[in-house]
Amino acid sequence: MSFPQPQDYTPIVGSQTDIAPLGSQQPPHERTAQQTHDESCDRIAAMPEFKELLRRKAKFIVPACIFFTVYYFALPVMVGFFPDLMKTRVGPVNAAYVFALSQFFMAWILAAIYTRVAAGWDRDGAKILAALPTGGAK
Amino acid sequence: MIAAAAVAATPTGGSTVTLVMFLGFVAATLVITWWSARRSSGASAYFAAGRRITGWQNGLAVAGDYMSAASFLGIAGMIAFKGYDGFMYSVGFLVAYLTVLIVVAEPLRNAGKYTMADILAYRLNARPVRAMASLSTLTVSIFYMIAQMVGAGALVKLLLPGVPYEAAVCGVGALMIIYVVFGGMLATTWVQIIKAVLLMSGSLFLSILVMKHFDFSIVKFFDAVANVPVNLPDGTSVTRDFMQPGLVFGAEVTNGWGPIDLISLGMALVFGTAGLPHILIRFYTVPDAPTARASVVWAMILIGLFYIMTTFFGFGAATILTPANISVENMAAPLLALALGGDAFFAFISAVAFATILAVVAGLTISASTSFAHDFYSNVIHHGKTTTPEAEVKVARITAFVVGGVSIFLAIKLQTLNVAFLVGLAFAVAASANLPAIVLSIYWKRFNTAGAVTGLAVGLLSSIILILISPSVMGLDAKSLIHAEPWFPLKNPGIVSIPLGFIAAIVATLCTREPEAEAKFAELSVRANTGLGAEKASEH
Repeated sequence: MSFPQPQDYTPIVGSQTDIAPLGSQQPPHERTAQQTHDESCDRIAAMPEFKELLRRKAKFIVPACIFFTVYYFALPVMVGFFPDLMKTRVGPVNAAYVFALSQFFMAWILAAIYTRVAAGWDRDGAKILAALPTGGAK
Repeated sequence: MIAAAAVAATPTGGSTVTLVMFLGFVAATLVITWWSARRSSGASAYFAAGRRITGWQNGLAVAGDYMSAASFLGIAGMIAFKGYDGFMYSVGFLVAYLTVLIVVAEPLRNAGKYTMADILAYRLNARPVRAMASLSTLTVSIFYMIAQMVGAGALVKLLLPGVPYEAAVCGVGALMIIYVVFGGMLATTWVQIIKAVLLMSGSLFLSILVMKHFDFSIVKFFDAVANVPVNLPDGTSVTRDFMQPGLVFGAEVTNGWGPIDLISLGMALVFGTAGLPHILIRFYTVPDAPTARASVVWAMILIGLFYIMTTFFGFGAATILTPANISVENMAAPLLALALGGDAFFAFISAVAFATILAVVAGLTISASTSFAHDFYSNVIHHGKTTTPEAEVKVARITAFVVGGVSIFLAIKLQTLNVAFLVGLAFAVAASANLPAIVLSIYWKRFNTAGAVTGLAVGLLSSIILILISPSVMGLDAKSLIHAEPWFPLKNPGIVSIPLGFIAAIVATLCTREPEAEAKFAELSVRANTGLGAEKASEH
């Protein structure tokens, strides 16, 4: 005895992509998504090294974005809602100016850190492509 | 920020020197265009400068594409008149590049070809997505361009009182068309590089002159900034502390909405820059993703230094000239140059401002024409089948003509209106329509065509509608385009329209399924993260 399975009624939208897949000669618009499927990409996507690379990227990118968003929006929030606190004198200037100026150094330092970290990802990415038997990287 | 309805300015000396410097810059850029036209052929050369621009060159070009006259003259004027709050723009303009650097630049370079829409079309249904993305690109580019052109006309009228507004607008329009039609991306890139060098050296010299005026003492300088004489409407004069926030966005001067507006402005800047089509296409001009990354870092160094210098020449104008002696807000930087460096330096700074406008409008023209030719003509009208790269380039050249002509026409028609809100609108559309679609298509597997189209449409429409009913357009004073009490209290719609764009994209995605788009996610992810199969630089 079997019960009817619940069905997914969400409509299906067709997909026709137009970026040429690797090493293909046929015009990209004449192919369906299945035809354009690239096996080397599937193979890389399944590699534990690639999954590890994505994990490490996410582990840096997500906290970095949260950090700079919070740090940046703290400035308009503080200046807008606590103007008296931000008018506190700090040396020749005030807290509002020091905080605003610190944003520039925050951006530069974060960019420098990102550059260092991303250089490591470049090396890992190159290793993954080199490990591909067919040498998919063209 | 560039006031279109410029008040009659006080003509100053040095017009001939100014004219000679203008013409010198124009001649140099025309030589570059001629050189680019001779050496480049083919679609990749025309649209992406053959992908052979180096990291530092592209960094300079990104900076040149980005720092508009609104930044240079507008922020200097705003700081000169309103102090600290003007500096808030400077901060947002730089921090925005963290979004570009960390989230967008490298995946875009790895998986795209010529336009922002490439990354959306990668795994979604190409025609509807490209049509919407192209519409959004054209909207952002043309609105931004009209603001720049109206500003250019007003600026030339101020700097060279003998030249009429119409002639100035036609001249700027003709030059940008020549750069883009004949020189393509290579000429545009070099115009932007030269402009960035001129702008950086001009602002550095101006900042040094300001500090020399204060005997190179930071303490003396900021003491003066804390005591700026300001004339009140009733004729009395008081001293104000220009270091203190609140003259523009303070709760008491804006019916309490200022702080929210400030946050909304920050959102449009920080999330909008990563969706500006003319900035994004710059990353296709470099050979690979690591170079794209390096070019963002170069751009951040230059843009950061420039916006820190706005402190010196903005506050310098406030203290040395005082607001009462500046005829028009946008003239703060050139008049400061006149006071500190004489006629020749005034002429140089004026020529820099002119170069600034030209480089930005050329970048906007090429982004609009690339998107129309590549996204709309080739892939929407012709399904990507029947066109050749040569036809695509030809269509782009024709589009550049049309876009240039339309902009000249609109800029002349709109000359008496204050169109500064169009800059804000461009950033709002970029942040609310383009960014959600780009980010979700790169990072969310489930994302699909329905989500992208809905997100783009809702982001675009909500930004335009909210600006139309905001105090930027509606108001009770004579300068407003619509005479009525504004329905929406904020000048910057970002705080509402950006979440709307994201929510629309997510909800529409969850209501539909597109297995093909999900199946192609692994491929996009591999290409975006490893550079496998990325477009290569051309030989020779």
